[in-house]
Amino acid sequence: MSATTQAPVVRAEHLGRSFGDRAVLQDLNLEIADGEIVALIGRSGSGKSTLLRALAGLDKGVSGSATVEGQFGIAFQDARLIPWRSVLDNVRLGLRAADSTKAARAALAEVGLEAHTDAWPSTLSGGEAQRVSLARALAREPRLLLLDEPFGALDALTRITMHELVLRLWQRHHPAILLVTHDVDEALALADRVLVLGSGRIAHESAIALERPRHRDHPELVELRSRLLSELGVSL
Amino acid sequence: MSATQPNSRALGALGVGAAAAGRATRLRLRGPGLQRLISPVVLLILWQLIHVFNLVSVKKLPPPTTVLSTAWNLITTNEPAYGTLQGALGASLERMVIGFALGAGVALILALVSGLSRWGENTFDPILQMIRTVPLFGLVPVFIVWFGIGELPKILLIALAALIPLYLNAFAGIRGVDHRLWELADVLGLSRSERLRHVILPGALPQTLVGLRLSLGTAWLALVVAEQVNTNAGLGYMINQATQFLSNNVIFVALAVYTILGLATDWLVRLLERRALAWRRGLLT
Repeated sequence: MSATTQAPVVRAEHLGRSFGDRAVLQDLNLEIADGEIVALIGRSGSGKSTLLRALAGLDKGVSGSATVEGQFGIAFQDARLIPWRSVLDNVRLGLRAADSTKAARAALAEVGLEAHTDAWPSTLSGGEAQRVSLARALAREPRLLLLDEPFGALDALTRITMHELVLRLWQRHHPAILLVTHDVDEALALADRVLVLGSGRIAHESAIALERPRHRDHPELVELRSRLLSELGVSL
Repeated sequence: MSATQPNSRALGALGVGAAAAGRATRLRLRGPGLQRLISPVVLLILWQLIHVFNLVSVKKLPPPTTVLSTAWNLITTNEPAYGTLQGALGASLERMVIGFALGAGVALILALVSGLSRWGENTFDPILQMIRTVPLFGLVPVFIVWFGIGELPKILLIALAALIPLYLNAFAGIRGVDHRLWELADVLGLSRSERLRHVILPGALPQTLVGLRLSLGTAWLALVVAEQVNTNAGLGYMINQATQFLSNNVIFVALAVYTILGLATDWLVRLLERRALAWRRGLLT
């Protein structure tokens, strides 16, 4: 684990966030190492997305401190492409690279969409839209990639290809990744570390040292799956 | 040589426009474009048939053929009572263009200021909401008292008619831009001008175009009303003169020109919509 010796990409301390009198995050501490893939799971409403939005600086009502080293990229569950700009422009917008068009084209090629650069977003399938969204995040060469349930709305087959794509991109660029998901299998397939969010803090943490790609029936994963599910309050 | 040059240049420009629109656009325009002509043409035929079967007296309702020949006379001869049709049309169009440009320009500026800032909304929106409820044509006598009987009150009436619907819709359009796209703009670190150019303005465009169409409609109405009060040129003046000379044919010519102008501006807005909103899948197919 050479990654842990470096300074962390994310360091969040004493994070708190309440909506009304309901505390969603409470004194939460989190560190993510350089190049580490962290999956964050939790029941619906447990504050997963709130935490991610806090790290992205999108939530002004958060207390505590959160620092992110360098650039970060984000992919939302709804892909969030600008419908009246072409696929290429969606990736290029806001890029401060010397040749933003070239960088955007390269990012689209990496996700296999170089043929769709001039298409309108409305003509893309759900999976294609998410790939554009990933390309947009990656074109910024981020140290940290924030993924907010980006594959939640996709069908099972597309989701598996997206997992492969994410791993391939990670191997090439090696950003730290925080993946928010409600899918335990997704977390097990991708993450170095799985965090379970409960009562506003990190209630459980498991490291997975297995090589990727992983077989979902690996004994260690099978055991961890039932462990995580029971942490989530689901008994099998 | 020099006489043909402007002509050929005009044709060239037209050709470029058509080429840029692309073959698909041209084909599409032809289909529904033609379809939209069917009902007006049927209406014209029915109108002519009323005359053929002598259902209504010609004095009350001249047939399209008579209206057409009257129009031809008005174009070719400069009658002291009416002037020429093209002269009247020019005067009316000039009023419309100046008035509409003024009203639309102010509307868009106010919508931007109100749409993009809270103080702008609090400053301008109440005033416009107040003006909105004043009956537009009730202002005609007031405008005459204030601005006399020249061009100014007419142009201001048209401007005001254009202002209200365009402002309301452009403002609603800006405020209606999906908040998730505002958030995206934050995440992408867009500058203020990039945000305006790529997110806010195009996002507000569909609703603004609805406003444009509405405001064109009310502006034409305002033109008709304005022109019938103390004018000495324009289509409304022509109608007034014809009323005095009991020349129903001329009245119908002027009315027909109004309807054609209305149809033409509607066509222009449609063309604009098709180009500007091509990103909507429904319009692509």
